[in-house]
Amino acid sequence: MSTASPTATKRVVIEPVTRVEGHGKVSILLDEANHVTQARLHIVEFRGFERYVQGRPYWEMPVLVQRLCGICPVSHHLAAAKALDVIVGADQLPPTAEKMRRLMHYGQMFQSHALHFFHLCSPDLLFGFDADPALRNVLAVADRYPELAVQGVMMRKYGQEIIKATAGKKVHGTGAIPGGINKNLSIEERDGFLKDLAQMTEWAKGALKIARDYTEANLELAGRFGNFDSNFLTLVREDGAMDLYDGQLRAIDAAGEPIFDQVDDQRYRDVLLEEVKDWSYMKFPFIKSIGAEKGWYRVGPLARVNACDRIDTPLAEAERQTFKALTGGKPNPMSLAYHWARMIELLHAVEKIGELLHDPDLQGADRVTRGDRREEGVGIIEAPRGTLIHHYKVNADDQVTMCNLIVSTTHNNTGMNRAVTDVAREFIDGVPEISEGLLNHIEVAVRAYDPCLSCATHAVGQMPLVVKLYDAAGALLDERVKGCEA
Amino acid sequence: MSASKPRIATTSLAGCFGCHMSLLDIDRRILQLAELVEFDRSPINDFKTFGDRRCAIGLIEGGCCNEENVETLRDFRKHCDLLISVGDCATMGGIPAMRNTVPLEACFAEAYLDGPTVYNPSGKIPGDAELPLILDRVYPCHEVVKMDYHLPGCPPSADTLWAALVALLTDKPVELPYPLLKYD
Ligand code: SF4
Repeated sequence: MSTASPTATKRVVIEPVTRVEGHGKVSILLDEANHVTQARLHIVEFRGFERYVQGRPYWEMPVLVQRLCGICPVSHHLAAAKALDVIVGADQLPPTAEKMRRLMHYGQMFQSHALHFFHLCSPDLLFGFDADPALRNVLAVADRYPELAVQGVMMRKYGQEIIKATAGKKVHGTGAIPGGINKNLSIEERDGFLKDLAQMTEWAKGALKIARDYTEANLELAGRFGNFDSNFLTLVREDGAMDLYDGQLRAIDAAGEPIFDQVDDQRYRDVLLEEVKDWSYMKFPFIKSIGAEKGWYRVGPLARVNACDRIDTPLAEAERQTFKALTGGKPNPMSLAYHWARMIELLHAVEKIGELLHDPDLQGADRVTRGDRREEGVGIIEAPRGTLIHHYKVNADDQVTMCNLIVSTTHNNTGMNRAVTDVAREFIDGVPEISEGLLNHIEVAVRAYDPCLSCATHAVGQMPLVVKLYDAAGALLDERVKGCEA
Repeated sequence: MSASKPRIATTSLAGCFGCHMSLLDIDRRILQLAELVEFDRSPINDFKTFGDRRCAIGLIEGGCCNEENVETLRDFRKHCDLLISVGDCATMGGIPAMRNTVPLEACFAEAYLDGPTVYNPSGKIPGDAELPLILDRVYPCHEVVKMDYHLPGCPPSADTLWAALVALLTDKPVELPYPLLKYD
């Protein structure tokens, strides 16, 4: 078995990893003295989307492929639609179409970041990593901090309602179509959202403050909790500003120096490759020019806040500057800083929603455009969890002949594995009795990345954690379940 | 935690989590639900196994695509009085079952050998012992264990889930009006 290394005598498995989206597990190998010899995050499911969409009509893609993931369906919906825009020759969408899509996307960003922070991660941050596992859930948060829980629920709802108004349905909508959008926003819908905008902005500021205060108060912990150098990848606008819906690819190194910049999305293959390893269904992307060994990178909120030159909304930009000041303008390498960066984006998203709602283009009637048909198209978007790439080829009969998807979580594969290894070495190495709370540390590290293993499962699924200790001969020594036991 | 409240467990097998998202879309009613029931094993808390607890209701999202899904589903059957297939994937296999029309090797080849950005000098396909075995095809839940109810939709709407849960928890017949039944 390839996971076993010759020196390992015990194996610890965390399965399933919980409070993340999707199916996965962590395995840790220990030697005689309980030193960690290997720690890995495995993605345990495989779906095979890329193959079985072949032969389907291309216009099905935005509704079909979003079934990869019910947590960020809008991201897949829009990335597929953007790739198909290229195929139908819609090089410039009518303003109504582009802005409706942007509104959908920022609604998605708002609900997803709120969900992750409040529903999934707040128990770790509020109660501690080794709190009673029975407490580590959003209902316990609701018990102890009722206002906060209600805010989380209502912020998520606001985002979901925006998705419904733009896509037709909260989960798996149909709004974006190749070359445009199939509805605009009514005045009544607009006014409904405007009414709650100020409240949402206040709450987003509050959530951001929790994340920022948490990081600042726990700098020592954050400094030894999955704190490592890496490259970062994101889309940025032409002027270098953060743009979550559209832009060009930029990668920077750990010092903040550019590796490439303004790479056109249609040319992503010139700069990225994905390595296959036999112990995970999730591939390991890397920057081509650097190579598989050192070319790995991180994506998502931390990468975006680290790599953009600025944010074009005032409240979030002021927060970005505070964030950057902490590391003297250099990229912040801490896994735990993801939470703070994510909340900066939460605030940015609601500011963007406000801008868009005030734009009369949303009530426009010109919703779709077409041009010269092409055979191939790439759509890239910054999904809540990071850069998401959809690439299709379509034949003359309108059938998909090739589909390549690199989902956000996949880009973070090496980064998450690095975090798991670092945290295992820091907190578990040499410890005679590995407690449930210590194992939750590993999950906290994974959760910081907000992995969507559901997405990763397309080509891969679900993360729940059981710890099993084996001796060198493979006999089960002890089994401990990470999580609650009655 | 009171011992008398009925317990609800949820899991996502070969699903996309959209059905779980739809459950969260009951929004504030989730706090009401927490008054009525105790949540057991679920991806949104840290209960990872049932231990020896019994649950009144188990909500299953997704069909079965690997051996681990089958084990989990059987475990749910063993510990839950009522088992509900939530959504088209659990009920019919859904989109993941599209792979049933294509040999598994072809799916693997596309993902790990032939894709335009694949870098795989050794030509190996993931097959480590840590990875659960993939089934020959994707199965709907009722082909693996007995299911008591099926809620259609992709996903069923929050109102559909709410109406069904409230009826079951208050011992009323589950009557879903037409607008709550969608097969998308
Ligand atoms: S039924 Fe639809 S929403 Fe539910 S898991 Fe399947 S694809 Fe996702």
